[in-house]
Amino acid sequence: MSLKGKAAAIGIGELKPVKEPGDLTALGLMARVAAEAIADAGLEKKDIDGFLVGVPFSDPGMIYPASAAEVLGLNVRMLNQVDIGGASPAGMIWRAAAAIDAGMCSAVLCIVADLNKVGDQRPPVISVQREFEAPYGNIGANCGYAMIAHRHMHEYGTTARQMAKVAVDQRTSALKNPLATFNDKALTIDDVLNSRMIVDPLHLYEIVSPVSGGAAIIVASSEVAKRAKNPPIWLLGAGEYANHSTITYAPSITESPIKPAAAAAFKMAGLQPKDMDLACPYDCYTITVIVTLEDAGFCKKGDGGPFVMEHDLTYAGDFPCNTHGGQLSFGQPGLAGGMSHVTEAIRQLMGRGGERQVKGAALGYVNGNGGIMSEQSSLVLERRS
Amino acid sequence: MSEYYKPLPKPSPTSRPFWDAARRHELTLQRCGACRVFIYYPRDRCPKCFSDNLGWERLSGRGKVYSFTVVRRASSRAFSDAPYVLAIVELAEGPRMTTNIVAPPDDVRVEMPVEVCFDDVTPDHTLVKFKPA
Repeated sequence: MSLKGKAAAIGIGELKPVKEPGDLTALGLMARVAAEAIADAGLEKKDIDGFLVGVPFSDPGMIYPASAAEVLGLNVRMLNQVDIGGASPAGMIWRAAAAIDAGMCSAVLCIVADLNKVGDQRPPVISVQREFEAPYGNIGANCGYAMIAHRHMHEYGTTARQMAKVAVDQRTSALKNPLATFNDKALTIDDVLNSRMIVDPLHLYEIVSPVSGGAAIIVASSEVAKRAKNPPIWLLGAGEYANHSTITYAPSITESPIKPAAAAAFKMAGLQPKDMDLACPYDCYTITVIVTLEDAGFCKKGDGGPFVMEHDLTYAGDFPCNTHGGQLSFGQPGLAGGMSHVTEAIRQLMGRGGERQVKGAALGYVNGNGGIMSEQSSLVLERRS
Repeated sequence: MSEYYKPLPKPSPTSRPFWDAARRHELTLQRCGACRVFIYYPRDRCPKCFSDNLGWERLSGRGKVYSFTVVRRASSRAFSDAPYVLAIVELAEGPRMTTNIVAPPDDVRVEMPVEVCFDDVTPDHTLVKFKPA
């Protein structure tokens, strides 16, 4: 059993994130990106017969998939909510492929959108986290990633400059991405290190910025893909893993569940990290990219810091990585932040990277990461020549 | 006495012995009668071997800082008195706990030895924290 080559991404829709939500609604954003993605694929709404959705923090609810499908006017043979944090978008891609491979449906709309409402309550967490984390101030994601970074520095000698380099190179690519939130000014390592310290050792420019926006991807069977407007981008491999929710209780805080997730994805694809033309690792923080590149096998464990210093991570570089700017420059519109890595890989493989096109890109690696390095969903994608 | 406005633990039937012990200024954790592993946070079955043969044992209270951060700007308004030191302490007996280090932020280091201390934040609530040993 394998999902290799069983389904393809054929259309994308993605909004330029905005800082102030104004009159936007999460459901309204979903309608806009759904229309864009369906048109991009060359399909009509009636062709969509599967629906995977992430619940927006700004308008959550039970029985969410059917409610959102009703708003969009969809009639579907398969519907579900994917709730694995920032890994949800990558997780949607293989779940869509699995449903297609099982004969349940043939064209799946995968969709996420959210608003950044300053002052909103944080999403509710389960009782054990309210009981054993919140009283000590372990609230939100910043603290956990800061503790990962400190331990990584201690174990492997990773430096603040190495982490900052990730944000710098991604910003260079973002300057060529009209959709990125931060695309007007290049960054230097010193700019990053001189930005405000938020949670030691992470500075402001190493931390994602919450914004409002949305993104959608159409995943289709090979039958449907034949009539797509775009070159189909095939799913070659997928792998998923989780072994903790709160980082305190992870077996290791510096070696993540990305390792088994990526290994499974590469095994299914029959490929290795060195075969990839670009990588789109989830980047809620700079340290996340370093840990992902190590655990996915692009370099040895502990060498992520030196690796990002020795390689040019920009679209024009020798290791194109998060060529949309990453979430760090694109912004994080809720779960759509994690969708931006998937849409960028698809865009590049379709040859639609514009000024930031990675020349000859045919194979891409994507990792989605949820919570505090918790849920991991890795994908290997291919454009067939 | 000023009003305490940060989140407070709401014990469950499973965890109540842990918090009751904390109010007596004792650190007690569950231990699995089958595989002998110490367990944090409290469970109904051992997360390692899934045995339900769990008992409570008093611990040494000694450990080390596995990792930490100095929160300069908190994600929650309840912690607007930042900076504070949030840490993962690895207890001598094995388990890791989320906690605070009661020390000047600049003094805290990874692997630093620490010992338990108890913070009676309200008459009914005691938090388990650590200080340099």
